Amino acid sequence: MSSSSLRDSTAADALSVSIHDLSRRFGDRVVLSELSLEIAAGEIVALIGPSGCGKSTLLRHIGGLDSPTGGSIAIGGTPVTGLDARSAIAFQEPRLLPWCSITRNVEVGLPRGKRAHDDRDRVAALLELVKLSSSAHLRPREISGGMAQRVSLARALARRPGVLLLDEPFGALDALTRLSMQDLLLDLHAAEPATIVIVTHDVDEALYLADRVILLGAIDAEENAAQASIRSTVVVPGVRPRDRGSGDLAELRAELLEGLGVPTHHLAAR
Amino acid sequence: MSTLRTRVVSVNSGTPVLERPLVDDAVGTPVPTASALPRPPRRWVRATILGAVIPIAVIVLWQAIATSGLVPSYRLPTPLSVWAAGVDLYERGVLYQHIAISTQRVLLGFGIGAIVGLALASIVGLSARASELFAPTLGALRAVPSLAWVPLLGLYLGLNEDSKVALVAIGAFFPVYTTVAPALRHVDAHLVELGRSYGYSGPALLSLVQLPAVVPAVISSLRLALAQAWLFLVAGELLGASLGLGFLLVDSQQNGRIDRLFLTIILLGILGKGTDGAVGLLERFLLKRWGS
Repeated sequence: MSSSSLRDSTAADALSVSIHDLSRRFGDRVVLSELSLEIAAGEIVALIGPSGCGKSTLLRHIGGLDSPTGGSIAIGGTPVTGLDARSAIAFQEPRLLPWCSITRNVEVGLPRGKRAHDDRDRVAALLELVKLSSSAHLRPREISGGMAQRVSLARALARRPGVLLLDEPFGALDALTRLSMQDLLLDLHAAEPATIVIVTHDVDEALYLADRVILLGAIDAEENAAQASIRSTVVVPGVRPRDRGSGDLAELRAELLEGLGVPTHHLAAR
Repeated sequence: MSTLRTRVVSVNSGTPVLERPLVDDAVGTPVPTASALPRPPRRWVRATILGAVIPIAVIVLWQAIATSGLVPSYRLPTPLSVWAAGVDLYERGVLYQHIAISTQRVLLGFGIGAIVGLALASIVGLSARASELFAPTLGALRAVPSLAWVPLLGLYLGLNEDSKVALVAIGAFFPVYTTVAPALRHVDAHLVELGRSYGYSGPALLSLVQLPAVVPAVISSLRLALAQAWLFLVAGELLGASLGLGFLLVDSQQNGRIDRLFLTIILLGILGKGTDGAVGLLERFLLKRWGS
């Protein structure tokens, strides 16, 4: 019911993301080096890589929170220059305003400047979608970490984003909550078909959610450990919802973990 | 055992406080809320009684010393003669005037000082460049002892209301400025970035994130500012006034009216506590709305 009412209300279409030769340096330290990536509209792409490899930096650039020292990014064919209303970001920490109710926190995500008559209905529908209707009046300190991340997701969706950017959104949650949040995210993607770019440390999460998994890291480790670009791209087979225990995924999982420098002792079936 | 129980019940049911849960139970409200109800009034009553212990003891001791002959009456008046002095001033119609003009100066000066303090603190707290520009100068001005302003203000503004209100405003300005500016600078950077990433900037960001985040700091600075306002008022009135509590202090000293001196000091205490209580009410309201 809630998902249909969301679709009725002029949901923005998913938008493509084109990253071309993106570079970012902080002083002498090169974080991203001539990175190029095409993301199709409606696709779910997971960015994984070791800590400090520039995953979050890349995500912040797509959202316009940071500006590159070289190269360009376009969303839906038009370049990103500064903060962009077409994308919405959910951070690793929920970042809820502690003095506002859950409802008010979701309202923060509504597009600025053009208040619509159905805003109230939309916020209510989003809260129902993330299963928080009965907690709408509570303050952030009164809810759990998983609930807070659901509020953060609802707030991002309130913007009707063409591109949803998620920066390790489930990283701080316990293992079981994380699994149910992954399923919730797929439900949200079905209800609000935005392009999703998700940064994660969790290989299983990447394989369960994404159409493609992008492994970031230093190409030439000897030369400059921090200098990161795309090391490999894994296209995940099968349609969602995927079997978490599938053998195909186990192969890919081993491949990605080896890429991250973690020996898996996996005996290849080949 | 059973006798003890019946006695407790009979004693309790005699008090009006405990009748409430019975009524509530009849209406059908859940037990926890009903049993939680009588507690706050009881605590409130206890706090009032405990808070009154020391003042009453002081008055009793005061009366005992004053009537014992240990201290001559021109050095220590009795509590009753202080009361009589108050009644006397009241009947002559001047007590109200002294109180009203002093309160007016404090409230006007406090209001102006607090508003200017909040405005400058916002500018200095939010902009690094403004901070570099203003902070050293304001810091130096703050180091000037309050009474140093009195002659200059008297010369510029005249020995009238303006100079006294200006002095009170200076007194109220600095606590607000020095507390709120750093509080704004240290608002959680994550929340500020969140606001920015959702399209908020300038005044909209200020009212969404920064101001609510510094509400507790603003309130405690207002309380300090109010205390400073009374301090600067008395300083200003001591040095040149024809009406007001500070003037009453000087006047009583010069005429040897020690009863009026005591009266004025007590009045200043009551007025200061009263206005502080008003800010306390504001605090409760604001923290209910903006507290986390």
